[in-house]
Amino acid sequence: MRRFFIFLKTELKLSLRDMNMPIFAVIMPLVIFVILGIIYGAKPAYDGADHTFLEQTFGATGAIAICAGGLMGLPQAVSGLREQKILKRFRVTPVSPVFVLGVELSMYIVYCAVSLATLAAAALLWGVRLHGSLLAFLGSWALTMLSTLSVGMLVGGTAKDVKQASVIASILYFPMLIFSGTTLPIEVMPPVMRRLVSFFPLTQGITMMKNAFLGAGTGNVLLPVCVMLGLTALCTVLSVRFFRWE
Amino acid sequence: MSEAVYVKGLTKAYGGKTAVNSLDLSVKSGTVFGLLGANGAGKSTAIECMLGTKQADAGTVRLLGQDPKTHRRALFERIGVQFQEGDYHREIRVSELCEETASLYRKSADWRALCEQFGIGDKASAAVKSLSGGERQRLFIVLALIPQPELVFLDELTTGLDAKARRGVWKTLEYLKERGLTVFLTSHFMDEVEALCDEICILKKGTPVFRGTVEQAKAQCGCERFEDAYLQLSDEGADA
Repeated sequence: MRRFFIFLKTELKLSLRDMNMPIFAVIMPLVIFVILGIIYGAKPAYDGADHTFLEQTFGATGAIAICAGGLMGLPQAVSGLREQKILKRFRVTPVSPVFVLGVELSMYIVYCAVSLATLAAAALLWGVRLHGSLLAFLGSWALTMLSTLSVGMLVGGTAKDVKQASVIASILYFPMLIFSGTTLPIEVMPPVMRRLVSFFPLTQGITMMKNAFLGAGTGNVLLPVCVMLGLTALCTVLSVRFFRWE
Repeated sequence: MSEAVYVKGLTKAYGGKTAVNSLDLSVKSGTVFGLLGANGAGKSTAIECMLGTKQADAGTVRLLGQDPKTHRRALFERIGVQFQEGDYHREIRVSELCEETASLYRKSADWRALCEQFGIGDKASAAVKSLSGGERQRLFIVLALIPQPELVFLDELTTGLDAKARRGVWKTLEYLKERGLTVFLTSHFMDEVEALCDEICILKKGTPVFRGTVEQAKAQCGCERFEDAYLQLSDEGADA
């Protein structure tokens, strides 16, 4: 356990040195949220709505860090570990290389949690209120995060090298960021576009988080949950089968 | 005296081309063994097969009496490895790398003392990438010794080090050898091999062509200098 925290501490320190994750996973979502807060304040989402615009978007903004971690950070980190022969080096130690993968995964979970916490703090400025149950919201957030991280792990584990991993990651990250409702709210998209992006697993996750935050009916939760769980299971199985250790 | 390394019939081929051909080795505990050969002669492949990072096609390997593939967890508490190739995270510092490495083992040496011993004690808070080639080489040796191993594998031990640093490394290895450390090394420096190795094996295109002491090699080839004997036996410089 002590070993885990030593490695996690070092990984976090290293991530602060190149500033990628702090910027894309913590600062960027916070800035976006604050801008939205300044624009929309405590205004209702639409005429007669029982919730504010910010309350509707809270989950989506929390997903920006999930995107940055799972679709940008993790693929590059994992393929980097392989390219730098770090995974190989672990095979001549008492510790399995899976350990260091676990550390990387945990680091991104920490970033997602920190981002959510900063957003929660900022949300207090505009009276954002959790309508639904905290458990449901956190559960949907966790599920979205795990399924996105599993995609990142698969990409990082199977890409030929860091460059290929970065390319695939960019192809996943930018469209997801723009179109799945994290930055551009789903609500302002035209219906045709809305139908298209609903196929993204991340969009499903964001919708799930929104419904949980707003305390909306639990009836339509089965489909997104199944999609997320299925995706996580698929990526995990494929990762285990096709992971390139060197 | 027990056997620290036992290899019998180690064979490995890549797509039809034999990289290692039926290698037999025996290294007694507390001795220094040198695996020599030209680049591409199969040294790295042999070592990787011995360590279990590559799957051999045939042969038996026992390190400290155990099979490194089935007893990895317990065995590698007692073995240190310095790989020549490979990198570390761009921004990692010496202290962080040493601390991480030490945490992998149930018992580990005082890495600060080791760094002092190898002349990089003042570099603890420096980034690994800022070290000179020689300093980095010494750091890698430190990392291999952190587990307080009984057996250590050193690949291209003193490449990049100046004469004084090399002597320093030799002295430390001699000191550790007196305390029972078994060393398995590869090197391209014949003076180093002559100074350190109790026994050697020379590989030529994957096949062992000589096993014995440096003196025996010189006698066999009728050479006064070991380097001449080595060149003769390994065919280094001849057309591939």
